Amino acid sequence: MNFDFSEDQKSLKDQARKFLSEKASSKVTRSVLDDAAKSYDQDLWRAVAEMGWLGVAIPEEHGGLGLGRLELCVLAEEIGRAVAPIPFSSTVYFFAEALMLAGSDAQKGAHLPNVASGETIGCFAVSEGPGAPTAASVQAKFDGATLNGVKIPVTDGDCASWAVVAAKEGGGVSLVLVELNQPGVTRTTLKTLDPTRGHAKLEFKNAKAERLGPGGQGWELAEAVLDRAAVLIAFEQVGGSQACLEMATEYAKGRYAFSRQIGSFQAIKHKLADMYVNIEVARSNAYYGAWALSTEAAELSFAAAASRAAASDAYYFCAKENIQTHGGMGFTWDVDCHLFFRRAKLLAVQAGSPAVWKEKLVKRLEQRNAA
Amino acid sequence: MDFNDTPEEAKFRSEARAFLEANVKPKSAESERLQRKLSPAEYLKAAKAYQAKKAENGFAGITWAKEQGGRALPPIYAVIFNQEEAKFDAPSAPFSIGLGMCVPTVIAFSDESIKDRYVAKALRGDEIWCQLFSEPGAGSDVAASKTKAVRDGDDWIVNGQKVWTTGAQFSDYGILLVRTNPDVEKHKGLTMFIVDMKQKGVDVRPIHQASGGRDFNEVYFTDVRIPDSSRLGEPGMGWNVALVTLMNERLAVGGSYGPDYKEILDFARGINSPSGDGPLIKDEAFRQNLADWIVRAEGYKLAKFRTMTALSKGQTPGPESSIGKVINANQMMDIANTAIEAQDHFGIINDPDLAPLEGAFHQSYMFAPGLRIAGGTDEILKNIIAERVLGLPQDVRVDKGVAFKDLPSGR
Repeated sequence: MNFDFSEDQKSLKDQARKFLSEKASSKVTRSVLDDAAKSYDQDLWRAVAEMGWLGVAIPEEHGGLGLGRLELCVLAEEIGRAVAPIPFSSTVYFFAEALMLAGSDAQKGAHLPNVASGETIGCFAVSEGPGAPTAASVQAKFDGATLNGVKIPVTDGDCASWAVVAAKEGGGVSLVLVELNQPGVTRTTLKTLDPTRGHAKLEFKNAKAERLGPGGQGWELAEAVLDRAAVLIAFEQVGGSQACLEMATEYAKGRYAFSRQIGSFQAIKHKLADMYVNIEVARSNAYYGAWALSTEAAELSFAAAASRAAASDAYYFCAKENIQTHGGMGFTWDVDCHLFFRRAKLLAVQAGSPAVWKEKLVKRLEQRNAA
Repeated sequence: MDFNDTPEEAKFRSEARAFLEANVKPKSAESERLQRKLSPAEYLKAAKAYQAKKAENGFAGITWAKEQGGRALPPIYAVIFNQEEAKFDAPSAPFSIGLGMCVPTVIAFSDESIKDRYVAKALRGDEIWCQLFSEPGAGSDVAASKTKAVRDGDDWIVNGQKVWTTGAQFSDYGILLVRTNPDVEKHKGLTMFIVDMKQKGVDVRPIHQASGGRDFNEVYFTDVRIPDSSRLGEPGMGWNVALVTLMNERLAVGGSYGPDYKEILDFARGINSPSGDGPLIKDEAFRQNLADWIVRAEGYKLAKFRTMTALSKGQTPGPESSIGKVINANQMMDIANTAIEAQDHFGIINDPDLAPLEGAFHQSYMFAPGLRIAGGTDEILKNIIAERVLGLPQDVRVDKGVAFKDLPSGR
């Protein structure tokens, strides 16, 4: 039994934590929060690119470090912990994973090196309105060369240069690759609950586009990308949850009420213990997801859904109870609690809400039992 | 990352499996039914015979020192044996508390002559041990024990009452926590003894539980004489001795019980949903709950794999393993409750001949409240997580610096 990260992976994690505590303090996150014109922190993005993180899981032949998904999981946890204001997930978990999963050699060769270097910011566009998208609900249309339709919201769609878009083609759905800096694309920046990450509405009018992967199999491919991204997002959520627990614990030790540390009250202890239990459940499921992702095991679809369901609930619980533990201070703009509370909601609804993932989990259990 | 045994672990696992296949039956509905049919005396006889075989074949005291008849293997090997044993109807229950908690305490606090007298016999299953800590007025606050022992020459004389004692009815010996000095602070006036459960003045009475069963006992002590040579640790140091026992408890308790998400999934295929539009398994709300149960059950199982990994690397698991019972006991109750309510009016029937799964959901429903309390309540376990894992300060203590006899005790 070796259900843990290796010593090398753990030292990568320590390194990442040290790096992010210097370069991605909450000041950096707030610089994006407080500036409506700023969609991400460019200095941090460059620094992360220089560390090689964007290409951790990209093969060496395409300019990456050629390490594995486990290394990426480790980085994801730390990025989540830091509430880093960079388009990391959109570019690495979605755009690059989609390319590696479905791209032709030419497409991989054209895009992956630019992802690894930090030159290309990518995004993944499925949603077109309120409610969970389905294969049948996709309205955007691809005719083999051009794309028409609207995607809203697209995380990091305001700063990305390329997008992978789910669009109807013939009777099915295809994934298509679109350059966003072209006349056929109009972007509108969106106001969101988490302004520390950019969001846009993307309108395509006869935009030039090319197919990514076989035509008509776009929905299955999108699901496969979502499963991979789900595990990685779960690690961000675990990292964020852990940060909330540590923040609340520190505060509970230092804050006095009724002439004693509030952490000595059982009402607070039990709240923090519940946070701990939720995180342990989420972390253990995420580790299983990491194992399945890194070994391309058949269990990935089940493990990904369990990872996301557990981590979304844990982050929501930890973020709200962190505010509660801080009392009035927790409800101020200047204390960081709300940064986590905002990010928790983005990560919960992005790429499938908790209810959607829970439904997937049960469906996949039924399929597994039937097999 | 992988889920494989090391070559040494794999070899041990196959040895364990071979031993089990030769001596006990694989778990099945039929084997469980047969085991339930045994009278308590028959079951105990079978259990003692099985324990003797374990000892002969080196599967008792796997982690114990060789001097104590053990194999001195790291804890991961005990976990592996337990995993394999759980697949069989092995009658090991009567020994789990004695060998898991009591005898390790005896070993830690006794001289050679005492160890020679008790350890080998316990390991072979010739003698069974129980743990006498809880009292009517000392549950979560077990250091508030009032059962008292007064020195009389070379002996101590014990009077008082213990409660919730598992296995007291068939135990030969027990470890007993008593008050030897009420004039000092609560934690400083306790002493631990080995007590002969068959002697005069020890009265074991079964407790009729809310669930209807009689799995636990009250034990009354009336002028029971214990020689000073049966003392574990110094007088007044009983709390430190008890902590060693309780540390072992965390490793022992925390498995899952009763029907889990797989059983309720099967159940939900064959029963109408509240809307009447199809089976319960198609009901959205049920599916969302089911997902939560999957996530928590799998999370708990996987957390144990992480603990096993730590054990496999020679690390000792800490208080973080307290999460198991908090998760399982509550989940057991929720699943049972959902399955009962899903049956609508019929759900009130727990007759094994009529109820789904022979009434297993009903048994869970009635037993889960006890599980949330036994071996550390949910609240105490959360305190342990908060204080020992997260490092939060202890609650304000009103019993510090006050002699035990002057503490308020209510009812």
